[in-house]
Amino acid sequence: MKNETKMERKSDRELVVTRSFNAPARLVYKAWTTPDLFKQWWVPKSFPITLLSCEKDVRVGGKYKLVFAHGEGQTMAFFGKYLEVVPNAKIVWTNEEDGSGGNVTTVTFEEKDGKTLVVMSDLYASKEALDESLESGSSSSGAATETFQQLEDLLGTLNK
Amino acid sequence: MVQFNRARLDDAFAALSDTTRRGVLERLGRSDASISDLAARFQMTLTGMKKHVGVLERAGLVTTEKVGRVRTCRIGPRRLEDEMAWLERYRQLWEARFSELDKVVDELQRQETNNEPRH
Repeated sequence: MKNETKMERKSDRELVVTRSFNAPARLVYKAWTTPDLFKQWWVPKSFPITLLSCEKDVRVGGKYKLVFAHGEGQTMAFFGKYLEVVPNAKIVWTNEEDGSGGNVTTVTFEEKDGKTLVVMSDLYASKEALDESLESGSSSSGAATETFQQLEDLLGTLNK
Repeated sequence: MVQFNRARLDDAFAALSDTTRRGVLERLGRSDASISDLAARFQMTLTGMKKHVGVLERAGLVTTEKVGRVRTCRIGPRRLEDEMAWLERYRQLWEARFSELDKVVDELQRQETNNEPRH
């Protein structure tokens, strides 16, 4: 059975995505925190962007940096630091690419009966910051909107 | 990239943050209905339903028209899809991403199973 991906704007400042995985929490955590594994799933293969590099120092105070390539030789970097790390259970990090550093993402891994519920919450410093992120398309998920726009453009050309 | 008016977006999200109101929109998507139809359908008082419809109306998601003693509600003038579009696109990204994560996790599980006899 397919595990459903749910998403909700919980409040003015918070976006939440939830999904279950048919595996123990330590494996989902491993796939999330190991750069080589992370690279295999963060950018779906059908998407016209590439994850050029991924550095993760997953410990409190450690830093991460993701660099994506999109379009003609353009790159985007997403970076920040880890505020809280509980192995196999929880990771909290900042998203500092917009310069404010006030946007924080929390992901929790809750294991139950061999399945793991992943809850990912993007908490923005203010309602304006979230709105702005939506408008510009630079959410912490790695330019989701922009990515989709490119995909849509691509599908648009294919449909013609 | 579609540019959203922030105030409108806020109203829409506030309006959509409630299960009943989402249900009302879904219901009105099929056909127009009076406040009392909706109240009966969602097992609410008329006052309660009027309140919900009021929120949807202020967000521009629903219009109402009173003819005689009956207030009829219908979808519009603004299309719900516009406001939900980016949320859905964002959800789809995560869906695609998590499908890939499934594969990675499955592979890790397979590796563990294969390694077990050695322990």
